[in-house]
Amino acid sequence: MNTADQYLKAIYLIQQEDNSPAATGRVAEMLDVSPASANEMIGKLEARGLAEHEKYKGVSLTDDGIVQARDALQTYCIIERFLINVLDVEDFREEARELEPVIDGTVAERLDTIIDRRSECPDCFDPERDACGCLDVEPLEEAAAD
Amino acid sequence: MSLRQRVDSDQQLARLLQIGIVLEEVTESRANNHRESLPEPDAALESLLAEAAERSAARRDRLTTLISGLAADSIPFDEINALVDASYGQTKPDDFDGVLYDQLCNEETGYKFYEDMIDAIEASETTFTVDKAHLLSVLRELRDAERDAVETITTVMEQRE
Repeated sequence: MNTADQYLKAIYLIQQEDNSPAATGRVAEMLDVSPASANEMIGKLEARGLAEHEKYKGVSLTDDGIVQARDALQTYCIIERFLINVLDVEDFREEARELEPVIDGTVAERLDTIIDRRSECPDCFDPERDACGCLDVEPLEEAAAD
Repeated sequence: MSLRQRVDSDQQLARLLQIGIVLEEVTESRANNHRESLPEPDAALESLLAEAAERSAARRDRLTTLISGLAADSIPFDEINALVDASYGQTKPDDFDGVLYDQLCNEETGYKFYEDMIDAIEASETTFTVDKAHLLSVLRELRDAERDAVETITTVMEQRE
C-alpha cells in the first residue's frame, strides 16, 4: 500500500465517522503528519481525480477515491487478521501500521487465501477499535494500557 | 500511523521475512494441491507444478536462514499447509487454465513482494543485525527467481493457447 492509499483510507474513515467532509487537520492527526504534508498530498489526490477539497469544509473522496480507499482498508484488514490468526501477534495494530506501507494489495490477496475473513469486510471495520468489528480483540484503550 | 515505505527495525524485517516464508509456503502447498487434483492426467503440467513446489521450498529455506540471524522463528510448513488445505475447496481452479493462472499469480505475488521489500530496505538507514548487503543480495536472487518462474509459466500458457 503506498502513501496515497494511506491518505485515502484515513479520509474515508473520517468521512464515515463524521458523515461530512474530512477536515485536513483530522487527516493529518490520524496519519501523524504535519498539516502542510496533508495539504500537499490532498492536492495530489485532487489532481488524480480521487478527492475534492473545499475550502473551510474539508476533503471528500470521489467515487474512484472511495473504491481505492475501500481496497486500501481491505488490505489493512487482511494484514491485521493475518497477524492475529496466522502469526499470533499480540501487538497487531502497531505492526499492521508498520507493515501497511510495504505490503501491496496483490500480496494481501494471497495472504487472504489462508485467513477466515468475513464477506462484509471492509464494512465491518471499526475505526474506534482500529480493527475489524468481527474480531474478538481488546478495545484500543485496553490494548494501549497493557 | 506513520507513512514510511521503509524497513526500520529488526522486528519489522523479521516480520516481513516471515510473511515471505508464508507466501512461499502458500505457493508450494497450492502447487501440490493443484498437481494432485488436476481434472485429468497431464504429465507436462504435473512436472511444472512439482518443480514450482520444489523451488518455493528452496526459497523458503533461504528465508529461514536469514530469519535465524534475527533471532526470530520461521513458520512451520505444516501449519500453512493445513490452512491452504482448509480453504482449497473454495479457491480451487476449475480447469487447466485456472491452475496455470493461479500459479502465475503466486509467482507474480512473490516477485512483487521481494521487489517492494528490496525498495523498503534500500530506503532504510537502519543497521540490522544481519548484514544488509548480504540480505539485499539474497532478496534480489529470490526476486529474480520469481521473475524467471513468471516467464516460464507465461511461456507455457502461450504455448497451450
